[in-house]
Amino acid sequence: MTALSRTVRIGSSHGLHARPAKIFAQAAKETGIPVTIAKDAGKAVNAASILGVIALGLEQGDYATLSAEGEGAEAALDRLAELLVTDHDEGAA
Amino acid sequence: MPALRGVGIGQGVATGPVRRMAEALPAPENTPSSAGADAERARVAEAISFVAADLTRRAEAVDGTAREVLEAQAMIADDPTLADEVEERVAAGATAEWAVHDAFAGFRASLEAVGGYLGERAADLDDIAQRVLARLRGVAAPGVPDPGHPFVLVARDLAPADTALLDLDQVLALITTDGGPTSHTAILAREKGIVAVVGAVDAVSLADDETVIVDAAAGTVVTDPNADELARAAERAAERKAADAAPASPGALADGTPIALLANLGKPGDAADAAARGAEGVGLFRTEFLFLSATHAPTVSVQREAYRELLAAFPGRKVVVRVLDAGADKPLPFLNDAHEENPALGLRGLRALRASEDILREQLTALAEADAETEADLWVMAPMVATVEETAYFTALARAYGLRTAGIMVEVPSSALLADRLLAHADFASIGTNDLTQYTMAADRLLGSVASFQDPWHPAVLRLVAEVGRAGAALGKPVGVCGEAAADPLLAVVLVGLGVGSLSMAPSALADVRRALAERTLDDARRVAAAALAADDATSARTAAQATG
Repeated sequence: MTALSRTVRIGSSHGLHARPAKIFAQAAKETGIPVTIAKDAGKAVNAASILGVIALGLEQGDYATLSAEGEGAEAALDRLAELLVTDHDEGAA
Repeated sequence: MPALRGVGIGQGVATGPVRRMAEALPAPENTPSSAGADAERARVAEAISFVAADLTRRAEAVDGTAREVLEAQAMIADDPTLADEVEERVAAGATAEWAVHDAFAGFRASLEAVGGYLGERAADLDDIAQRVLARLRGVAAPGVPDPGHPFVLVARDLAPADTALLDLDQVLALITTDGGPTSHTAILAREKGIVAVVGAVDAVSLADDETVIVDAAAGTVVTDPNADELARAAERAAERKAADAAPASPGALADGTPIALLANLGKPGDAADAAARGAEGVGLFRTEFLFLSATHAPTVSVQREAYRELLAAFPGRKVVVRVLDAGADKPLPFLNDAHEENPALGLRGLRALRASEDILREQLTALAEADAETEADLWVMAPMVATVEETAYFTALARAYGLRTAGIMVEVPSSALLADRLLAHADFASIGTNDLTQYTMAADRLLGSVASFQDPWHPAVLRLVAEVGRAGAALGKPVGVCGEAAADPLLAVVLVGLGVGSLSMAPSALADVRRALAERTLDDARRVAAAALAADDATSARTAAQATG
């Protein structure tokens, strides 16, 4: 079984600060399989860790790479990639 | 029966049980654990699960963004990466306290290294770290208490972040031991109409759950009140509530002299509340809210929409908009990022705008466009004007954009002293008493240790106001006050006696000021003003004014 990965650009206007990071990390946890996220070619961290995600310091337009393997990896990455490209700050003050 | 003294904000009175705001905890020291790794591990696990559960409970009690933020905080406390980092340190012999503190410090540093918005949010992690530390030490978590019932909040002073989190349905009154009448706490209290006594040094002795009467009108906190005192306080509170509910009339003295009562607003959304409280227009609209992003200025179209929303709420009424006032206590990195030893005396207000003139020009463009689409009577003014030349510069520039009424804020003594020359160029003057007091008394308005100097009742400040009033009368140019002083009912009378024709304040203060003006004629106001002017200091000026009536 090979690991799948997907690279997308961050959509949230203020980057992945606490609120959007929470939405993402929660979704990663709910996939039930280990998923990692990395900024550019940097160190990959546990995508289900909100602190790990926040500490990556991902800002709008930054490239993030998601990786996972095993059953359901494809669907999980699709869903998580979708969350990353969404602007969760839109409409918020 | 015994009363603690402070500075009352507003005229209200409230009774309730005290809750003290816990102070931030000192950082733990890195001493090796004597209890052993297993014991430390168990302590951390208990503290973290307690804090996560507590934050989740708080999240469930609120809605919207506040809920999401609290949920994120809970998730951070319960985070697997945090657990790994803490475990690494505990296994190496650290105490639970140090492991938590040091692990959070690591995350904080990586966020700060990113900078920008994410960097600013690094402080959010501190709150969680503090909560876990507090649990480990068995003390109350720092920050605004949440006892689950209404309470009187006692704090050293409130930071802007604390005030944002205050649940106004739960806070009956505010008492601070530090901070003067221009502190964040005082400004919040005025804006929201919360009963407050600030700078009550002896309030450090108040204990949780003891009942106090907070009397802002008298500037006192009554401890151990008797039944009589409690009944009187309840009666007064009820009277004020009834008076506030009565329909508002335009501001006027007893002899019919009109004194326009206007609102100070910080965002367009507050306009409806101001109008409901009888504001006859807006005397100070602060535009800083549009410029909160640390990295760039808002576009002309974003600004135009905000101004249009504001102006549309006051058709046919006066709306005074102040162009961006950045610097000193509210720096904006894209406008002035150079370090200054004395920012209050630095590149701030109009000085900063001239240094980045494109921002000023964009703001004037947006204002002119919004003005063209709405029916309000738009006046624009510049902050921190110190010279005749600056006055001529700003008013000419504003008029070049088609803005008909261009004026200045008088906040620097030089402007008050030369008001007649400045008003030769400007269409009006609006006195900002907070900064005028700060600069006249050479006392930093944010510094608790010199708060006693920061009193707009000081005769030196009043004499400067009189100078501006005289110049306005001689040249037929309107003079208003938009500082905190206008919200003090008796001081408002003094200001009118000194020649001020309009008063702008937090909408919650309008009812009290309206009442105070209606009780006096112009001659009365002049007599009260003369008595205050003749005093030696702020306290005796206030006493003299009270004695004159």
